[in-house]
Amino acid sequence: MNNELKKLADYISTQMDNLVISTEVAHGELTIVARADKIVQFLTFLRDDLECQCQTLVDVCGVDYPERAKRFDVVYHLLSYTKNHRLRVKIETDAQTPVDSVVSVYNSANWFEREAWDMYGILFNNHPDLRRILTDYGFQGHPLRKDFPLTGFVEVRYSEEEERVVYEPVELRQDFRSFDFMSPWEGTDYKLPGDEKADAEEGAN
Amino acid sequence: MSEVDIKNYSLNFGPQHPAAHGVLRLILELDGEVIDRADPHIGLLHRGTEKLIEYKTYLQAVPYFDRLDYVAPMNQEHAFALAVEKLMNIEVPERGQYIRVLYSEIGRVLNHILNLTTHAMDVGAMTPILWQFEEREILMEFYERVCGARMHAAYFRPGGVHQDMPAGLAEDIMAWTERYPATLKEMEDLLLGNRIFKQRNVNIGVATAEEAMDMGFSGAMLRGSGVPWDLRKSQPYDVYDKMDFDIVTGKHGDCYDRFVLRCEEIRQSLRIIRQCIEEMPTGPVTSDDRKVSPPKRGEMKRSMEAMIHHFKLYTEGYKVPEGEAYAAVEAPKGEFGVYLVSDGSNKPYRCKIRAPGFVHMSAMDFLCRGHMLADAPAVLGSMDIVFGEVDR
Repeated sequence: MNNELKKLADYISTQMDNLVISTEVAHGELTIVARADKIVQFLTFLRDDLECQCQTLVDVCGVDYPERAKRFDVVYHLLSYTKNHRLRVKIETDAQTPVDSVVSVYNSANWFEREAWDMYGILFNNHPDLRRILTDYGFQGHPLRKDFPLTGFVEVRYSEEEERVVYEPVELRQDFRSFDFMSPWEGTDYKLPGDEKADAEEGAN
Repeated sequence: MSEVDIKNYSLNFGPQHPAAHGVLRLILELDGEVIDRADPHIGLLHRGTEKLIEYKTYLQAVPYFDRLDYVAPMNQEHAFALAVEKLMNIEVPERGQYIRVLYSEIGRVLNHILNLTTHAMDVGAMTPILWQFEEREILMEFYERVCGARMHAAYFRPGGVHQDMPAGLAEDIMAWTERYPATLKEMEDLLLGNRIFKQRNVNIGVATAEEAMDMGFSGAMLRGSGVPWDLRKSQPYDVYDKMDFDIVTGKHGDCYDRFVLRCEEIRQSLRIIRQCIEEMPTGPVTSDDRKVSPPKRGEMKRSMEAMIHHFKLYTEGYKVPEGEAYAAVEAPKGEFGVYLVSDGSNKPYRCKIRAPGFVHMSAMDFLCRGHMLADAPAVLGSMDIVFGEVDR
């Protein structure tokens, strides 16, 4: 399985030399990092090429890495029914640079791209109907971004006085509890306050 | 004579409509009684599952999957468990795999019973739902006996299943599989040859094989269009490669084909269930890797080490090595996938849930266009929509 995927990866990188940035096979899955500006051309190749034959786009989603200059990954999952393999194509973009929509290549991308726009604010060029999809009418912000708080900004209730639904800022009855789980479990190397003195002494000796 | 300007009529179908299968707001643009455009507004049941999972440990994320497609909860957990196991390289003991397959198939029957009968009800047949839900209730009891909950099971955990099956359950399931086909036959006799049922379903919502692939269909929607694709056969997971069953396909890709196909799929599921029970080996049901699966209670009474493991697993949870994985299962509705990105901590960095219903819903406009208003519920019924997974 892995060998076949490696062969396929080599084939794709030689054929589409200028579009592929890197390839990786891990956990029995092939990941291709591609150039963002040529994604339509690349996916068209993967769909039409005889070795790839990816008839279906299974999924499109965003991933947010706020510390990167290009903070978003757009991840495409492709599936071939005839060759029985899956491919993952990743491109990078930021909140300002639009990505070309692949609806012209795969119809199924339509709602997935709308979702990526809604959840992450990733812009798509030439999308037929780029509206919000999952969030409320008139929603502000992009909830799956890492800098969007889990509790959100507004809450909704029905107001008896005004006889309509009103939006109010979130009021938490108790502070949001965030536990620090990053204490090491295995191979503990706890640093207690004052330990640095012992280290310094050892170094001096 | 001046020309009369005929305006299209916009109709709000749902979110309160009983045939909307939950909270779908479908805006239909009608030309007389013919649908010109269908614009589904989804998200009324959006709970931010993916965001919530990013703030929970891997074990705490499991119950969220029950709440996606709440008609067949365990199948969703299966995809998540497989994704985590892929990232951590955990081997599930054989008995655990058999139990998972067994309960996945029970989930499939649960789902198909609900879908078939509500579809029949959408097009005017009230009786099947009354007959079949009695059986569905029995299946829920099987769920309850194995995990204590009728719906929200949290039973398939990364590493295996939570508990072994209680004594006597396998025999009861076996007895049910022998009894049930008669009830299924009764429903089929009532519907499949029925003139009204056929008028409402044959040649409605047609998708050819190419269209189905282009729209990203999976499961019964794809097989109904004649593509013999089933992840249980083509990319088998757990012990599906040892099971002997057939892939059912349709010919015309219309609502009627999808209905008949699901009836037949129930029979295939019963076959798998019987094989599972007959061939199920004895042994452990969860991985014995104590860094992933918690120790048994008896062990905790005697061993301090076990006590520590139990505490750590239920508070901090386990850390999953950095990487990404996509695991898909053939859920009753189609390909249910989980794309996990781990940053090496005890919580998923990103967990994208690929729900089959979401993709099928996006084809609503395509399938309804040109049909009559009354066909919209039939199309919706045959798509097998549950809003828990569409809206997530």
